[in-house]
Parts: sequence; C-alpha cells; structure tokens
Amino acid sequence: MVRLMLWRIASAIPVMLIVATIVFVLLRLSPGDPAAVIAGDTAGPEVIARVRAELGLDRSIPVQYLTWIGELARGNLGVSILSKQPVLAQIKDRLEPTLVLAFSAMVITILFAVPLGAIAAWRHNSWIDRAVMALSVVGFSVPVFMTGYILILCLSIWADILPVQGYVSPASDPLGAVSHLILPSLSLALLFMALIARVTRSSVLEILGEDFIRTARAKGGNNSRILWRHALPNAAVPIITVIGLGVALLISGVVVTESVFNLPGVGRLTIDAILARDYPVVQGLIMFFALIYVGVNMLIDIACAFVDPRVRL
Amino acid sequence: MNMSLAPILEVQNLSVALPAGLDRRLAVDGVGFEVHRRQIVCLIGESGSGKSVTASAVMSLLDKALTISGGKIVLDGEAITEATAERLCELRGDRMAMVFQEPLTALNPVMRVGQQIAEVLQIHKPQMSADAVEARVIELMTDVRLPNPALLMRSYPHQISGGQRQRIMIAMALALEPALIIADEPTTALDVTTQAQILRLFRELLTKHDSGILLITHDFGVVSDVADRVVVMRHGKVVESGSPQQVLTAPSHDYTKALIDAVPKFRFRPEFPASEKPVLDVRDLTLVYRSSSLFGSKRETRALDHVSFSVAAGETLGIVGESGSGKTSLGKCLLRFETAESGEIFVADKNLATLSGEALRHFRRNIQMIFQDPYKSLNPRRRVGASLIEGPVQHGTSRADAIERASELMELVGLKRDALDRFPHEFSGGQRQRICIARALAMEPAIIIADEPVSALDVSVQAQVLKLFEELRRKIGFSMVFITHDLRIASNICDRVAVMQRGKIVEIGPTEQLFCRPAHDYTRELLAATPGQGPRSERAL
Repeated sequence: MVRLMLWRIASAIPVMLIVATIVFVLLRLSPGDPAAVIAGDTAGPEVIARVRAELGLDRSIPVQYLTWIGELARGNLGVSILSKQPVLAQIKDRLEPTLVLAFSAMVITILFAVPLGAIAAWRHNSWIDRAVMALSVVGFSVPVFMTGYILILCLSIWADILPVQGYVSPASDPLGAVSHLILPSLSLALLFMALIARVTRSSVLEILGEDFIRTARAKGGNNSRILWRHALPNAAVPIITVIGLGVALLISGVVVTESVFNLPGVGRLTIDAILARDYPVVQGLIMFFALIYVGVNMLIDIACAFVDPRVRL
Repeated sequence: MNMSLAPILEVQNLSVALPAGLDRRLAVDGVGFEVHRRQIVCLIGESGSGKSVTASAVMSLLDKALTISGGKIVLDGEAITEATAERLCELRGDRMAMVFQEPLTALNPVMRVGQQIAEVLQIHKPQMSADAVEARVIELMTDVRLPNPALLMRSYPHQISGGQRQRIMIAMALALEPALIIADEPTTALDVTTQAQILRLFRELLTKHDSGILLITHDFGVVSDVADRVVVMRHGKVVESGSPQQVLTAPSHDYTKALIDAVPKFRFRPEFPASEKPVLDVRDLTLVYRSSSLFGSKRETRALDHVSFSVAAGETLGIVGESGSGKTSLGKCLLRFETAESGEIFVADKNLATLSGEALRHFRRNIQMIFQDPYKSLNPRRRVGASLIEGPVQHGTSRADAIERASELMELVGLKRDALDRFPHEFSGGQRQRICIARALAMEPAIIIADEPVSALDVSVQAQVLKLFEELRRKIGFSMVFITHDLRIASNICDRVAVMQRGKIVEIGPTEQLFCRPAHDYTRELLAATPGQGPRSERAL
C-alpha cells in the first residue's frame, strides 16, 4: 500500500513536467509578441526591447525553457501583467470559493447519483430506470450555463427563495454561504450526476449478473443487503475511476458556473486572464489545474486500492 | 436409512418453462424425486439436461427468464413453490443451502472470507453477539478442515487456493445446519485429491448434521463413490433413477448406457515402439516466476524445475498432475510464450530456447497448440475458414492451397467443407474443439501441444474427440504433448506419461507400467484419488 502511494506520487512528476513543457511550447507557438502586449499599444521599439529583456525573452529557447522549469520547481509562477501581483498569490486568494463550490457539487453528486444509478440497475427496465436514464441524458446534454440560468429563473426570480448571485464565505456566515451555494453547486452537479448515475447503473448491472450475487441470495440475503452490501462495493472501482476522470468536467464546469453566479473564484480568474491576455496568469492556471487533476487521480488510485483488495500490491 | 421418515425434499412433477422462441418449450419437464435425511442423491446429466435448472428451482434462484410452470417442491413438509419472497429469504441459508461449482466467482471478491461465512449467521440470527459469530465461524472453518482459521478468515478469496475456497463455500452452507444442501458440481473445478477430500467431507457432515444432500454432477466416478440414489436427466426429463448399483451396473435406459460407456476408463494403448530420434527434446528446463512484495523482498516460484523429457516421432506424451504442478507453464514454455530461465528445447535439431524475433516467429509453425476452452479460443467475429488459413498464408502457402488444405482438414476432423464459411458460435463445444484441432494441423507442425483439450466437454463429446485424436494419429501420425489432470483420459491417449509435482517430473514412463506399477508416492496418491476406480479394481466403473 505504501509502495503504491509512493509509486503514484513519483509518477506524477513526469506528468507535470510534460504539462509544463506543453504550456511552454504553446506559448512560444501562439501568435503575437508577449513583450508588445505587456508594453502596451503606445510603446516604442526600445520600450518593447526593454520589456523583452526584462522578461528574458531575448535569451535562447533552451535557456528560457530551463528557467521556466526551474522557477516552477521553486513554486514561482511569475507575476501578473494586469495586477502586478505574483500569480501564485492571486490563485491562492481566489481558491476558497472554487474549492467550496467544487466540493459541494461533488458531495451532492455522490449522495444522489450513486444511489440513483444503483436503484436504476436494480429496477432494470422499470419506469424508475427509464426516468433516471432520461434525466441523465438531459443533464448531460444541457449546458451548465443553461441549467444555471433556468435555476436562477425558477428558484430566485419566480419563487424568490434563494439569492441570485454572489458569494459568502462559510467562515463568516455559514447560513448565508449555504443559501448562496445551493444554486451554483446544483447546476454544476447536474452535469456530473448524469455521468456518475450512468456509470453506476451500468457497473452495478454487470455485477448483479455475477455468481457471488447468486451466492448472497442463496444465503437468504434480502434485496437491500444484496444491492448495498454485495453489488455496490464491487461496482465501486469503475465508479470511483469515473469520478476521478470527471474532475476535468468539473474544472470546465467551474469556469462557467462562476461566471454565471458571479463567484470570485479561480474560474472567474481564468476567464479574466484569458480575456486580458495575461499570459503569466494563464500559464499558472493551466499548471494549477493540471496539478489538481493529477492529484485527484492519484487519490482515486489509492481509494481504489482501499475498496478492492485485488488492486493492492 | 430410515424410510419411515418423511423426505426432506420432494420434487413433484416439476416443470420449468423456457422463454418463447427457443428449440424447446420446457427446461425441466415433469421431474420428480425425493431426498431423505442422511442421503446423497446424485442428479446426473450432460449440459442442457436441466439438472442445474432443477437445483435453482428448488432454491428459488431461477433466472428471471425462467418460470415454474407446473408441479410442486416440498421442503421438510412446506410447499416452497407457494412461499412468499420473505419466507424464501428465511428458508434460504437456514433450511436449505447451496454450494456452487466455481468457488472463485461464487465468493464476493471484496469481502473477507470469514465475513462471508458470518453473514449467514448475521442474516438469520441477528441476536447473536459478534463474539459468538466469530467463534462459530472459526468452528465451521475447523469443521471443513481449513488450516489456521483465525488467520485465514481475514483473507480475501483471491488469496487462498481453489480447494480452500470451496471449503469456505461449504462452511457457509453448513453454518446453520440446513436440512438440505444442494451442491452444483462442487468438485468439478478442483483437483482429484482435493475432490476426494471434499466428497469425504460431505459424507461426514451428512451424518454429523443429519441433513440430506442433492449433488449435481456429470461425473459417474463421483456418483459411484458417494451416491445413495441416482437420478439421470436428459433434455429436462428424468430418464432413469434408482440405487447406484442398479443404475451403474444394469442401466435400463439407452441414454444411461451410452453415458456410462462414454465415461473414460483406464484403457492402455499397445506399447509404442522405441524410436531412434526424438522430435522434441527438452533438457533441464527451468522457469522461475518472481514477484516482489511490499518492502521489496522477492518471492520466487519455481514453476519448472530442471524438467527433461523427449517425444519421439508419432508418440504422444501425457503430462499429468494437479493444478499448480507446472503442467500449463510447461506448455507455455514449449511455445515460448514464457522464456525459460535455463535449459534447452530442441525441435527438429534446433534449440527453440535461444531463438528470438523473426526466426522465432517462423519456427513457431513447428509447434502448435490446442487450448482447453473451445468457446474462448476461436475469434468469434471471424469465419472458421479465415482462422484456419491465416497461419499457413502467413508462412507463405498460397491462399488457394491453404483453402484446399483447410477443406480436407474439415473432412478429416468429421465436419463438412462448408463449415469453413460459418462462424464459431454456430457450432457446439465438441465441433469447435474439432475446428481447433484442424487449425493446429493446418500448420503441419512437428509437434502439437494440447492443454486439457477435452476438459471443457461433456463425457459423450469427450469420448468422440478422443476417438478423433486416435483416428488422426493413425491417418497422419503426429507427435503430441497432451496435458491433462485426468489420469483415465491420459491412459486412453498417451504412449508415455510424465507425472508432475511442484514443477518437477517425479516419474516418467510407459503409461501402463506407470499406472499399474507406480514407483512414486505422488503417482499412487493421484491414482487413488481418481473418482470411481483405481486402474486395477474390478468394479463396474
């Protein structure tokens, strides 16, 4: 188990290195001169050259590459062009709303999607099954901003029971935080739920056909014991794996959801940085999201080993 | 046996309907029999005879597509065909229990085995304390002779051996001392020595717990060893029933006679003339599997330990032994699917062990394999013809020649030429194995490796395939290494036999001599454990 964890951590390093390289290459390939953008429209050639020298862009590509990797390794993501703040500090400032949103969406998903999928599998071909599957098609096809606006329209404007937009930190006002979180996390969760309910249904369905389910019946186990104690734990590995892969979905969802609900999180920061061509921030965010993704999937691998003794090495 | 006591199980005129649109309407058709206390009733028949469906019907574990269309099942005086779902849950595990064929898939892979036994107690006796449950689990595991129960109960199914898993299944079935135990092919997946132990265990437990056993099997050896009564089924109907003596020695129905005739018996081949030059010559072959554990400590398993033998032109050498003895590893090594640690494999004077890359690929045509499971060893999306000509065409035969040869081979293995245009699923298991044999022969190999080629087949089909091997040897004469766990089959087809145990050949010699005058203790043990008979016993089977 310890070995597995160490191995997974070690294998994350080359992945991050590859991401860093791709980010570096992409930025060199993208049209336009960052120095000209930073210096501004009115700057003359000397100013641009000075900016270029300041940024180190006048040095050779390998030297630039090594500098980039070296600074990254030290945790230095550079300085924002727009705010002149270190990128890392900026991400840190914006982290809380995003984490709270992603976490609550994840909890809602797991609480609802897994049982729904399992019940759909148990009542295979019944109306419950069809309803769950139909909902998941809808959840998957409707874009996040659509569900967001529909929810705002129904629950905030017509029914007037929840706030339309904004963010309240759970640390300062827990109750207000919850009421502000319900709509964004729900609209973000819907997409994710559709995916997880589907995967749960198909893997539970497969497990229900296995021999040991028949053994459990032969022991006199009733339906709920068979479903929750025997089928679901065996279906857990594919479900957990898809939850991990779905984090990518969650990241793109966060960017959109934060814009719709006006949350001051990392997603908003991303959109603002892209619109302002704030290259250092964009780079930093790509690295940050990659790190989250790799980290989550590492945790997923370890979780799989906990759930299934056959995975343990 | 006290006949005045009411039977534990009465099956009266039971019919089970198949879903519409199949070749027959009923999976089980008017079946009736009884099981009494302290009695083992064997339900015997080939695949598709309805024996497993009957067992599932008794446990009310029928597949959703199947329905009981008539008749009655009475368990200990209670008509369970009319019981509610809740009542059935109470009965299952408590009054009737079931042991399944494949102990690996029948156990929950992510639950500790001790917990799986404990679950039966937790379901039916929720008032039992955790300590009492654990004590009972250990007691049960001791009863079925599992070593070190306190430790073993914390294992997961994949960490213990097949025999141990089946003992866990049996302990689970015995947990509440049910009146009726249904065992569906409980020993088919096990080695002969383990099988003998499990059957003995059944007999002991029967007396201890005063229960009755319904044993489903396709093996007449098992029947003659343990049955008190035999029920023979075919196409969903009971064709014959009675005491084992009566059914085995004087079967009244033709089908029973045919079945009994098909059971492999010890029958030795005439001695093979000593020959000059071996086709296959294996010297000092050693194969080691290495696995490393948590803290980097290495574990080595010697799958093959200095194995040496040779096979002469036209000769068949049998490799026998139990699972884990290295039979299959040997087959893989000969085909170079595994690379041996050391040793030499000479085929037609070339050392196969040192070949690699393109040279190995070309040389492989000299060695062909026939696998155990004909359902899995043919590509389901390719026509039989395509599978058959692929090899020869790869090695330079023209397409037309290869097709011509494939058609001849089809006839040679007893199929029609047009079989080449059909897909594997259109054939039965026996026909598929014929196709696999033809595929191996199409390469005109110097030697064929057959790994348990008849183990997955019904006895009557088994007999046909063995006869086919015999005919083919007479017609085209090839050398073969025949891997099997069944000594009776080995005696039918092999000129010489090598007995393997823990990666070593412990004894090798002409079949008749080796089986009738075994020199090694392990050979004797294997012979004694063979169900139904020893080679020299004069019993009917």
